[in-house]
Amino acid sequence: MSAPLEVEGLSVGFRTRHGVVQALSQASVTVAPGELLLVVGESGSGKTVLAHTLLSMLPRNVNVSGSVRLGGQELLDLAPADLRCLRGRRMALIPQSPASSLNPVRKLGGQLLEAAQARGLAEEQARTRLRELLGELGLDLDFVSGRYIHQLSGGMQQRIVNAMALVGEPDIVIADEPTSGLDSDLVDTTAAQLLGISARGTSLLVITHDLRLAQRLGGRVALLYASRIVEIGPTAAFFQAPAHPYGRELLRALPEREGKSIPGLPPELTALPGHCAFAPRCPDRFERCTEALPDLYPAPEGVLARCFAHAER
Amino acid sequence: MLSAELVTKSFGRVVAVARTSLALQAGARLGLVGPSGSGKSTLAQVMAMLLAPDGGSVMVDGDRVNVWGVRCSRELRHRVQLVFQAPRMAIDPRLRVGDAILEPLAASRMLPADAGERAALLQAWAVRVGLTGDLLERFPHEVSEGQLQRACLARALVVRPRYLICDELSSMLDVSTQAALLQTIAAVQYEQELGVLLITHDRVLADRWCERTADIRELSARSEGGYLAAHEVRSPRRLGPGRRGARSSARP
Repeated sequence: MSAPLEVEGLSVGFRTRHGVVQALSQASVTVAPGELLLVVGESGSGKTVLAHTLLSMLPRNVNVSGSVRLGGQELLDLAPADLRCLRGRRMALIPQSPASSLNPVRKLGGQLLEAAQARGLAEEQARTRLRELLGELGLDLDFVSGRYIHQLSGGMQQRIVNAMALVGEPDIVIADEPTSGLDSDLVDTTAAQLLGISARGTSLLVITHDLRLAQRLGGRVALLYASRIVEIGPTAAFFQAPAHPYGRELLRALPEREGKSIPGLPPELTALPGHCAFAPRCPDRFERCTEALPDLYPAPEGVLARCFAHAER
Repeated sequence: MLSAELVTKSFGRVVAVARTSLALQAGARLGLVGPSGSGKSTLAQVMAMLLAPDGGSVMVDGDRVNVWGVRCSRELRHRVQLVFQAPRMAIDPRLRVGDAILEPLAASRMLPADAGERAALLQAWAVRVGLTGDLLERFPHEVSEGQLQRACLARALVVRPRYLICDELSSMLDVSTQAALLQTIAAVQYEQELGVLLITHDRVLADRWCERTADIRELSARSEGGYLAAHEVRSPRRLGPGRRGARSSARP
């Protein structure tokens, strides 16, 4: 059922009056069937643009090059009608804020049913499927059907959007900042539910800036900085010893570690340097770092890091 | 000392804060944690004199606050400043970042008349919060969330408050920006005995950064038999006569 998602050489730039804002440069990443991939980075590093590109949710002023394939099918040049078939059935999105992504003036029963029917299920079938799915998540279809989204607690709202994402049996689920603005109890619930989705064998791509959530979810992690993937590898290895200096400095900024910020600001996306973008802030930079752009070099523990420190291996 | 004494605030039938007391000493770092909907932000806005409480009182350095919102005296309001969670919603989108930082001074007619002095003041604060280059010349939609939150912090500190309330300062930001903002606050605190109330979901952060952490569920008297979330509190009369009760008793 599951198909691999392959992103290759993906570059996305937005044409603005200040020039082209390069949100993603040459990003290549593969999500194998059933795999869990985390995309982490600060705001403006390109992680949400990655999610939106996969789902073809970009605005018009955009230049996209590269390739995104799901089970061998190229997604970037699909017609809108084909995209509609794809969304929900093969690829589903768990939106950032459940409460604001559902219609506040319609009862949930109708909205859930509509989502299921849009995935091609007949009404009776849709009901059975929703009952099963919500049951697995500990909710009763009859209980939620007659209610509005604001009448449910945050944890229940999260489960509703999860059920909506899963109802079409997608190959891959993309969760965009699933825990931003939630309190710690809800973060726990959300993490457990995401792990539940992953345990069903569905591939999962989680976009987050919450490093603690990333650590808890495990799987593999891709770290973005200034539009490029700077490190990609097993999550456990990343939290033990990041291979890229940016990863190392980022972990040091966690309050439970040193709480020490990285000096300086990330570069402007309209004027990305031709050399390593992190070099001006990097404590370990040497001459070459400000002269050329590093590739992704193999580092220990199966990690790839975009840093000349690993070039000699 | 900035203190809230037995503050109660309801919105319609929802009791957001019930008979809650909290005191922040000058120069101290106090953390306030609690789940969503527990009234942390409402309490923050009452303590910053933006919202009038239904009951209880707020004292700033011994002065009782009697007038709330825009009518509250500027001098009093300058003593307590609030930084909000979402910088994009907290800042006027039509102001350039530099003008937004100086706006509180301009509004109070405290801006230096000399252009050079103004530029120097702006530059000093920009450097302190880590904003460099042409960022000050841009509009809010042209800078990142983290950069805008740095501007919001500068905007709060520029009036030299005695107390700073940070309402989820960094829950939408990456850890490095969070650390940078907290370092700036710590430096200002060291210089001018700033009292800081840090409201956060992040218990680890509160325990690490603050000298003391309070849980609003333990401070609040919103329910006798245990804590209830705001939407679960239904009775408007539990805490004495509300608007509805007052109106019915006034009628013959």
